[in-house]
Amino acid sequence: MARELPYIAAIGEAVHQEMERDDTVLYFGQNLGLTDDDPYVKAFGNDRVRVTPISETAEIGMAVGAAFAGYRPVVQLYMSEFMLVAMDQVVNEAPRFHAMTAGQVKVPLVLQAGYGFTAGWAGQHTGTIYGMFMGIPGLKVVVPSTAADAKGLMTAAIRDDNPVILFHNYLLTLEHGDVPEGEHVVPIGEAAVRREGSDVTIVGIGWTVGKALAATEQLEGDGVSAEVIDARSLAPLDTATILQSVEKTGRLVVVDQATRHASAAAIIAAEVASEGFASLKAPIELVTALDATVPYSEPMEQYLLPDETKIVAAVQRVLEAAPVAA
Amino acid sequence: MSQSAHGRLDGDVGLELLRSMWRIRVFEERVGELTRADEVHGLVHLSVGQEAVAVGVCGQLRTDDAVYSGHRAHGHAIAKGAPLDRVMAELMGRERGLCRGLGGSMHLVDLEHGFLGATGVVGGNVPLALGSALAARLLGGDQVAVVFFGDGAVQGGIFVESVNLATLWRLPVILVCENNGFAEFTPRSAHTNVERVSDVVAPYDVERETVDGNDVVAVRDTFARFLAEARRGSGPMLLECLTHRLRGHYEGDPQRYRQALAAEEWQELDPVLRLQRRGIAERWLEEDALPRLEQDACDEVEAAVGSARESPFPSPNATAELVYAQ
Repeated sequence: MARELPYIAAIGEAVHQEMERDDTVLYFGQNLGLTDDDPYVKAFGNDRVRVTPISETAEIGMAVGAAFAGYRPVVQLYMSEFMLVAMDQVVNEAPRFHAMTAGQVKVPLVLQAGYGFTAGWAGQHTGTIYGMFMGIPGLKVVVPSTAADAKGLMTAAIRDDNPVILFHNYLLTLEHGDVPEGEHVVPIGEAAVRREGSDVTIVGIGWTVGKALAATEQLEGDGVSAEVIDARSLAPLDTATILQSVEKTGRLVVVDQATRHASAAAIIAAEVASEGFASLKAPIELVTALDATVPYSEPMEQYLLPDETKIVAAVQRVLEAAPVAA
Repeated sequence: MSQSAHGRLDGDVGLELLRSMWRIRVFEERVGELTRADEVHGLVHLSVGQEAVAVGVCGQLRTDDAVYSGHRAHGHAIAKGAPLDRVMAELMGRERGLCRGLGGSMHLVDLEHGFLGATGVVGGNVPLALGSALAARLLGGDQVAVVFFGDGAVQGGIFVESVNLATLWRLPVILVCENNGFAEFTPRSAHTNVERVSDVVAPYDVERETVDGNDVVAVRDTFARFLAEARRGSGPMLLECLTHRLRGHYEGDPQRYRQALAAEEWQELDPVLRLQRRGIAERWLEEDALPRLEQDACDEVEAAVGSARESPFPSPNATAELVYAQ
């Protein structure tokens, strides 16, 4: 049975259900579980639900050590930028140990990190920074775009024996969607085809999946059949699903809220150019945020970000580059 | 306590401490030779001169106590029980190594003997030990976590964050600082105005002591007291061991930043020679037994070198297999 839940509540439900299912799941975070009424504290107590000081380095490092010992900590970081304070632990400790120890230790750790809050949060709390974690061997990176996936990917992340960063998009926080009750697992490493089409493949990530889907309505009116793929998992990246789609459509537009050179879009484009060049009928188009620090002013925010108009224009460019043969 | 009421060291204890220190001393000197011969090919940091800390601390721990170390880890690993041949094979990058040759000198890990995260980034290991201590607390056991770090780590935010969190949560972790007066190549006085590391933690009300780290009995006795308290659930504690690194920061370091010790100065400082002098004075050691002690260590180390040389290098498949825990 599914019922509607907001995206953020779906993540919370996954954490709650997994804590219920497995005593080794711990939940750490700043401002977390401060009252006895807190649903996590009520259910699981302050041994497993712990408020931490604003000390990301110690907080994440401590969670890594607990993971070595067989616990499954979930660290609620609120803002993904707060990971930047603790990059040694996120990049150079947690994901390194399994390989460096030839598999002696596992690090089943989840970092829950919000991103892309372009709603007046200005330059330091709005970044889309998942791209910089995609290339770290041993680290998994997932970005749900729907409430159901938010639950399913968080569940999979908690059960995974590797460090996983779950990037949740703050602009989607209150977006409702059907979410299965009970156990719901979305396997990490699998993209989802959100809409089938034959003329062009549009790949979206997180918040931009919705933008891509919205753009397809206008495109359909223009007689363009667009396929939309939700990347969902950036590491490992499901290039096979994207390549299959491009084989069919011959055209690729990748839409990413990140700045171009730090984007996942650039990696996806490189993979398709490298592995699927023979399928391409036109150069790949990237629709990313402009290479700039996100400004505070609302119209300026909009100016910077990808939107339906920019996506439609990019699709038109790939179609015009080599018009579909009649 | 290792001493009787009148201050004489128990002979069996003394001999065991001596043997352990000789094992590390000879091992380290041999690694230095093998580095110059390019049989050990990577970045190597030796602990010659600091053996008393490793032996005084690790000799009292159980296999299920977690020990963390840093880039200068060989002595700690050996003292915690890692087999000499597997440590040597690791340094030579061989399949028989503790980490199948994939970790190397700075990432020695031997889970079987409770030697956990040796991490090459200064200070990066401190919060990891907190995680082990938390796990011990949650499991309800009396295991403790011990983390070795140098005085250079103390100026990093990660140290203060970790001390704060460990005291806040009263974690059974013993912080062991090997204060050798140099952070890499720089004297402590150029990095901080706080001379004693034990003073750095004063506001946190951490039980702390500064001892002569070249006196293995002093290290052992003070650590024994901390360990007993930690087993009863207290913590954290800080043991600062004032010691001297006889060799450079790394093998090949020209050491232009400091004066070499005169031979007679070293006679005074050398923890191995000091304990031998004490043994002879206290009559639990005969002068003519000395060459045998050193020779036994040499034989053990040579056997380890022979065994390591016979081991193959790891298969290239290992890297891909170990990116993610399955």
